[in-house]
Amino acid sequence: MNMSMLSVTRGRKRLHWTDVLSYVYLLVGLITLFGPVLWLVMSSFKTEAALGMYPPSFLPYAQKSLVVTGHDQPLPLFLVHQDGQAPRAMAQVGRIGLMATMVDPAQPDVTVQVPIQQRIPITELAFAWGNYADLFQKFNFGRFLWNSVFITVVATLLTLLFNSMAAFALSKYQFKGRKAVFMLIISTLMIPPTIILVPVFLVINGAGLLNSLWGVILPAVATPTGVFLLRQYMLSIPDELLEAARMDHASEWRIYWRIVLPLSAPALAVLAIFSVMWRWNDFLLPLIVLSRNEFFTLQLALNAFQGELNTQWNYLLAMTVITLLPVTLVFAFLQRHITTGIANAGVK
Amino acid sequence: MSLLKLRAIDKSFDQTHVIHGVNLDVQQGEFVVLVGPSGCGKSTLLRIIAGLDSPTSGDVWIEDQRVNDVSAADRGCAMVFQSYALYPHMSVYANMAFALENIGESRSEIERKVREAASILKLDALLDRRPTQLSGGQRQRVAIGRAIVRNPKLFLFDEPLSNLDAELRVSMRAELRDLHRRLGSTMIYVTHDQVEAMSMADQIVVLRAGRIEQVGSPQALYNQPANTFVAGFIGSPRMNFIPISSFPEGANALNWPVGTHTMGVRPEHWEQAQAQDQGTWSMTVQSVEYLGGQQLIQGHLPCHTRIEVLGAGEPRVHIGEQLSLQVKASQAHAFDAQGFRLPRSLL
Repeated sequence: MNMSMLSVTRGRKRLHWTDVLSYVYLLVGLITLFGPVLWLVMSSFKTEAALGMYPPSFLPYAQKSLVVTGHDQPLPLFLVHQDGQAPRAMAQVGRIGLMATMVDPAQPDVTVQVPIQQRIPITELAFAWGNYADLFQKFNFGRFLWNSVFITVVATLLTLLFNSMAAFALSKYQFKGRKAVFMLIISTLMIPPTIILVPVFLVINGAGLLNSLWGVILPAVATPTGVFLLRQYMLSIPDELLEAARMDHASEWRIYWRIVLPLSAPALAVLAIFSVMWRWNDFLLPLIVLSRNEFFTLQLALNAFQGELNTQWNYLLAMTVITLLPVTLVFAFLQRHITTGIANAGVK
Repeated sequence: MSLLKLRAIDKSFDQTHVIHGVNLDVQQGEFVVLVGPSGCGKSTLLRIIAGLDSPTSGDVWIEDQRVNDVSAADRGCAMVFQSYALYPHMSVYANMAFALENIGESRSEIERKVREAASILKLDALLDRRPTQLSGGQRQRVAIGRAIVRNPKLFLFDEPLSNLDAELRVSMRAELRDLHRRLGSTMIYVTHDQVEAMSMADQIVVLRAGRIEQVGSPQALYNQPANTFVAGFIGSPRMNFIPISSFPEGANALNWPVGTHTMGVRPEHWEQAQAQDQGTWSMTVQSVEYLGGQQLIQGHLPCHTRIEVLGAGEPRVHIGEQLSLQVKASQAHAFDAQGFRLPRSLL
């Protein structure tokens, strides 16, 4: 990314009014789009109690607690405003209705009844790392992560391989029915996936691939978009290169593997990024194929985590953050290739 | 034994008949140039020889073996394309080594052959560069190097110099002639430039509309063109064609054969004559082009047939002047009504 682009202004020394307007506009856009994501990340570090706090705070605060002699568990600390007395920190032993039973830590034996309106929780900045740790320890999160990664990586590699082979044949070979085959492939784009959902399920079932990661990978490997994208790019590779390679004793496979595929690298990068995005976020196909918990992908796990009566929001948020990370990283490092890949496809 | 034989080669693309009944023999070690105007089928013929296209009918024989069904790579030909067709993602070394890798040569053998070819073409310093980092002339040499490395029976060149600038073209022509002499291999060269053909070839094949008009050495084509097309195509500036109706009085002294319809005289063969001599041609000068050591005088005969005269030295003629011209009988060509050459008895 070109950093100097960020500081380009119209005015030379002082900012022109259009510069101010541009920056305001960009700032508003940044806050609107990035704000919720930032809130999500911060909230994922809050305990469940902190999540339910009103008014909500941006940074994760947890209530301080103190071990008081005579009690096994640490007791939550409150700042108590009693009439006629200076505010002091007191630990709460219990609460019934509107009255809280509290003790002064200095005098653990004396209990005082305090109305709940007179107490304010004492909070400190605390990151609840336990949200993330519990995911891997208590819940089978590592497994879900592995499933998602496996499906995404393997499916992307297979997609690149098969789509490029089809595109190579459709762009560089003349054969009867070439146009018809291409039209057929493109026309499948018109079919909504929901219509073929049941037949796809029946086929996967018949192939014995239910409840298997391969049952999620294989059905969607051949994508018409991918074939189209790669074919259009490969059309721009000069035929003379292939003829020269043929005269150099290259077999058709070598021409594909050593000439056409390396030269299609920009288009392959674009397809890889699309494929990673589709596969990582894919919900429908894994939902119908995978019903056993140990094969769940991250998306299915997120869905399963929302119980009917009770949702543990802190774990859900932590899971969401982890689910967002890989695709964000892929994009951050490969975004250069998206623009150059698409741009080159036009220029060449 | 001819290295290459073409017998009755015909080629049609759908409804378009591109090549008509071509017969050709190429001997070992010859430099043959296929020349002709654009669209005459010379590149198609080259591709048929290479095996990249197959003829609609007819046979291709290489070293007395019918190779119609043999693949391009196995025919023992190497081709240098007009656009060089270098693999842009490979280094120069890899470009030249590709063919040898495909046939499974050992690493050391490949290295030796590539370095040998590179030294012949002075590419030693460029072996690690990519084609995009080379100039046009350097790319040209890499393309030739790629062909040399395979040690083929037959080199095929498809207009290799047309993408270079004029000066580079002249120097590359000399280099290619030199290369031919050094390697002693058979080369078939396609071009539309008759200057290249004349300067480089042992044999020239002139093609028009898919038919061979004439095959011969540069001297034969220059001195005895078989028809008006070859006569007008070879030699620059173009030959003057004068219809018989324009002949002046006394021109019959040149013994024109029966059926002469057109006379052909090259601009450089006109000579100054005395006006009163018999059989002289009178030309009215319309313009003079100064070409340095020569001058191109353009004008017309009394019957308004336009002719050009290439004279040596500084211009001393003026516009509107009348020039008296004559030509030696051996340098005047007679063509019949169909444009075919008529043999003339020498005086």
